[in-house]
Amino acid sequence: MNIASLSKIAVKALGNNKMRCFLTMLGVIIGVGAVIAMLAIGQGSKNSIKAQISEMGSNMIMIMPGAERRGGVRQSSEDMQTLKPADYDAIVNQATTIANITPSVSSSGQWVNGNNNYPSQAQGVNTQFLDIRQRKVTEGEMFTEDDVKTAAKVCVLGKTLVKNLFPDGTDPLGKVVRFGSIPLTVIGVLDEKGYNTMGQDQDDLALVPYTTVMKRMLAIDYLQGIQASAIDENKTDETIAEITDILRTNHKLRPEQEDNFTIRSMQELAEMISSTSSMMTVLLAAVAGISLLVGGIGIMNIMIVSVTERTREIGLRMSIGATGRDIMTQFLIEAIIISVTGGILGILLGALATWMIKIFANWPVQIDPSSVILSFLVCTVIGIIFGFYPAAKASNLDPIEAIRYE
Amino acid sequence: MGKKEIIKIENLKRYFKVGDETVKALRGVSFTIHEGEFVTIMGTSGSGKSTLLNTLGCLDTPTSGEYYLDGIAVKGMGKNERARIRNRKIGFIFQNYNLLPKTTALENVELPLLYNSSVSAKERAERAEKCLREVGLGERIYHKSNQMSGGQQQRVAIARALVNNPVIILADEATGNLDTRTSFSILTLFQRLHREGKTIIFVTHNPEIALYSSRNIMLKDGRIVSDEYNHDIKSAEEVYRNLPVDTE
Repeated sequence: MNIASLSKIAVKALGNNKMRCFLTMLGVIIGVGAVIAMLAIGQGSKNSIKAQISEMGSNMIMIMPGAERRGGVRQSSEDMQTLKPADYDAIVNQATTIANITPSVSSSGQWVNGNNNYPSQAQGVNTQFLDIRQRKVTEGEMFTEDDVKTAAKVCVLGKTLVKNLFPDGTDPLGKVVRFGSIPLTVIGVLDEKGYNTMGQDQDDLALVPYTTVMKRMLAIDYLQGIQASAIDENKTDETIAEITDILRTNHKLRPEQEDNFTIRSMQELAEMISSTSSMMTVLLAAVAGISLLVGGIGIMNIMIVSVTERTREIGLRMSIGATGRDIMTQFLIEAIIISVTGGILGILLGALATWMIKIFANWPVQIDPSSVILSFLVCTVIGIIFGFYPAAKASNLDPIEAIRYE
Repeated sequence: MGKKEIIKIENLKRYFKVGDETVKALRGVSFTIHEGEFVTIMGTSGSGKSTLLNTLGCLDTPTSGEYYLDGIAVKGMGKNERARIRNRKIGFIFQNYNLLPKTTALENVELPLLYNSSVSAKERAERAEKCLREVGLGERIYHKSNQMSGGQQQRVAIARALVNNPVIILADEATGNLDTRTSFSILTLFQRLHREGKTIIFVTHNPEIALYSSRNIMLKDGRIVSDEYNHDIKSAEEVYRNLPVDTE
């Protein structure tokens, strides 16, 4: 007996019990729908993080003092002073794969303009910071290399600071504001970027020559960090290796000594963030997968009932020449039809749910074609696995007893 | 008789183990049925007639003894081989019809051919329709089984038993669920099939039926107590015509 005629028989048998068939399917529909929607949310947030990071500069490299932090072990303050301006100079002079580089120091404090004040930071950088972070000065100008050399008392403010220090909307350019006790002339305003994925206000930022922060504000001789951008974002690993070599030589580290600095690329950071988001996705999908499993158990339950109910039909089929295999195939096909139809409807439901999440919750979502294919395959497999036991049960019936079953 | 031997059983025994006891359902039964015979197998319940029918129908295998169906030794066949032989050589008719519910007469009759991959869909439908016409249901081929009377359902079942051109038709109390008048109309159909040369075994506990068959085998306690040819076959059709017509 061929599959086509068995399928016809199976469809007919299911058609005799439409309501029951649909309710059984519902388990699979909801399961698959949930899996699709959860994976779409996961994929969407991953994509948006990626987009955000590449906007921040995916070729960005951060160098921090001290060995890599592990767990909550606190490092001594001495360890945090291992990056010196000399290291910065060495990298500038020797590195070949770096496009831009800036020292980074920052001081927390109160920005004050007359009656208005706002707690924030002064970010000490050089002129290349704008290129590394892909920011622009929209009003006025960025400070110059000369300003850096002379530790000039100038600053470039982000939009959030402008709004808080000049709430009446006066033009901040040329005005003198104070950071702590130090007066700084506003010479430029940064472009507006809004919040990033991590919820940070990217406009809560004020740029000051790093020399000004080091000498006039913090009175330190070391750097809190160095930020750089690689020439090629696909070769950040090489850049990291190069910088590591330069710094190790400069710090006179023997081969057995650990690095007393840490280098991170934006790509690593991106991977870390997306691995967190991947884990969330896996967890969500696992919960959804459990509901799919429950759907499968529902199929098995109904198929067992169906086999018992149709014992006489099975007996009859056997007595007119159906082999155990024919009976088994028929019931397996019934289970697969339920699960696969449920799967298709579930994919549609998942797409609908995803679309609604996008429209109403405004979350970034994306349905990955592989998740659709995956859930479809899982459905088929579930149909086979959970249909197998009832089908085997049916095929093992004794026709003599089955045909007289009441 | 120079006719072909359809069924030949020799010293057939069938024992069942029920707990510690052995139930001897058949204790050595032998007979030969030739082509074109209409045999009734009679016996009270417990006489072994159901076991005999199951064995003849290749649903069960004997504990010992030989069984040849159309010259083929059935003993020693596997499950699948027996399913195949049931499909090709046997037509079953049951007391409670055993039609598929919510399914048309045509589809019910097609069923045995569905399990025979050498029959095309077109041929299947043609043969099923022809058989339905033979049993007088030519006008009802698309009626569903649950929309039919008992007599009509049994006719569908008979058509289903004929559709694979079996060498033997096995009927198990085929008139047991029907009223007298319908019983006789079904018996008339059996007699017509007999006249057309079909070989029929009709298992029943109703002694009256023996009057309409060509041979009667009586079973008691798993043994044959009598095996007689009936030389004066009564016509079921005559009885049927003389019965008072139901006025409903």
